Amino acid sequence: MSNSNLRPPVINLTPEEYKTMVQRISPKPKAIKNAVLAFMVGGLICSIGQILINIYINYFGLSKVSAQTAGTATLILIGALLTGLGVYDNIVRFGGAGGIVPVTGFANSMVSPALEYKREGYVFGVGGKLFTVAGPILVYGIATSILVGIIYVLLRL
Amino acid sequence: MGSKKVGNQSIIFQNPPFILAGYNIVGPKEGEGPLKDSYDQIMKDTYNGEKSWEKTEAKMLETALRGVADKAKVTVDSVDFVLAGDLLNQIISSSFAARQLGIPFIGLYGACSTMALSTALGAMLIEGGFAGQVLCAASSHHDTAERQYRMPTEQGNQRAMYAQWTVTGAGALLLAASGTGPKVTSATLGRVIDLGTTDTNNMGAAMAPAVADTILNHFQDLNRQPDYYDLIVTGDLGTVGLQLLKEILKKSNFPMGKNLSDCGVMVFSPKQDIHAGGSGCGCSAVVLSGYILNQMNSGELKKVLLIGSGSLHSPTSALQGESIPAIGHAVSIEIS
Repeated sequence: MSNSNLRPPVINLTPEEYKTMVQRISPKPKAIKNAVLAFMVGGLICSIGQILINIYINYFGLSKVSAQTAGTATLILIGALLTGLGVYDNIVRFGGAGGIVPVTGFANSMVSPALEYKREGYVFGVGGKLFTVAGPILVYGIATSILVGIIYVLLRL
Repeated sequence: MGSKKVGNQSIIFQNPPFILAGYNIVGPKEGEGPLKDSYDQIMKDTYNGEKSWEKTEAKMLETALRGVADKAKVTVDSVDFVLAGDLLNQIISSSFAARQLGIPFIGLYGACSTMALSTALGAMLIEGGFAGQVLCAASSHHDTAERQYRMPTEQGNQRAMYAQWTVTGAGALLLAASGTGPKVTSATLGRVIDLGTTDTNNMGAAMAPAVADTILNHFQDLNRQPDYYDLIVTGDLGTVGLQLLKEILKKSNFPMGKNLSDCGVMVFSPKQDIHAGGSGCGCSAVVLSGYILNQMNSGELKKVLLIGSGSLHSPTSALQGESIPAIGHAVSIEIS
């Protein structure tokens, strides 16, 4: 029954041809819809932040600088809480960058690994993996700020 | 060489093993999908009373393995081997499930092609006279896969439109040398094919060439035409991969008819917001052990070719910029 020297069939396609085919067939993100949603969700989060700051100034008698810090801290708390309740990932799925860029998104990137890796223990789980998402942001954010600081000092010399 | 091997890479079973029964268990999202009536158990939540998703997945696999033995009225102890695999590192779901069963275990890794691979190998063990009864199974869990391959599950992000959703589910078949029911009549084991796809979100694109290669070889080796089968179903190419497969086969002068479908496309409805369809070892496992087997037993389908599709990358290889090798394993199942 076995028939020797059969080998080809091989698919009739070069990697380059396939790459173009994949690009043609894979659906593209809906850029306009996503941008509008991101604008609205991001704007809403920032408006809530502004409302919080105004409340801290008008009703708690904080200075503008302190009220901004308190407002940011409250947003972080809300972002952390919504992550714990399993809501925040749905907000980002809907609002995209509008949910990632504000400080609530940063809270989400810290709290989600903390929740996720608790089962691997507090030392190597939470401790070791807490910065898996936020780590790159912190590393390059801090590195950039140091660089900018050095340039600033040099320019003033 | 024996005469059981034909052509480049296919095997024809001379005493085709019977599929005595199939059993599956799925998560709540799959339980709301179009195939909801074909599942034996639908979990209320993704934990199902366990403390971690990894425990849940091992438990699901054990449930499927015990369930299929029960359904076929066979004691687990009388089974010769269990062949199973999953997606987690060191295939822990399968080993942990096999720990509970206490029978000889052969752990497999074929990524999402595992169900087709375990069925093919199980049939070969029986055909070769090495076993009388074999359990073949595979499982995946959306959340265990996410946390291993991607990001923490509560981390917010927007998935690409061509991304697929890992199926939470485990499916098992009981193969036996004698009995009644559909038979595993042939198998075509795949080659590892890589056309250079590097985007780990576009699994369908990574796997379509490997599946096409296996399909071309299957039909040449067995000298058959696509209309021989009532249904030719791929494992988890999803909508994007399925369309790519059709185009690749057309370009290779082997166009497919309307009888070509994909388990990943069948398992979720477009309304469920999962984008390009289901994926994972569990995807083809639950569709094969549920819907396809039911359709065969009721006579709706008589000849089915399943081509399990697996993407053989790891998170490390992806981060190092390696392209994604993929594989397709085919098994034909027929009932007279």
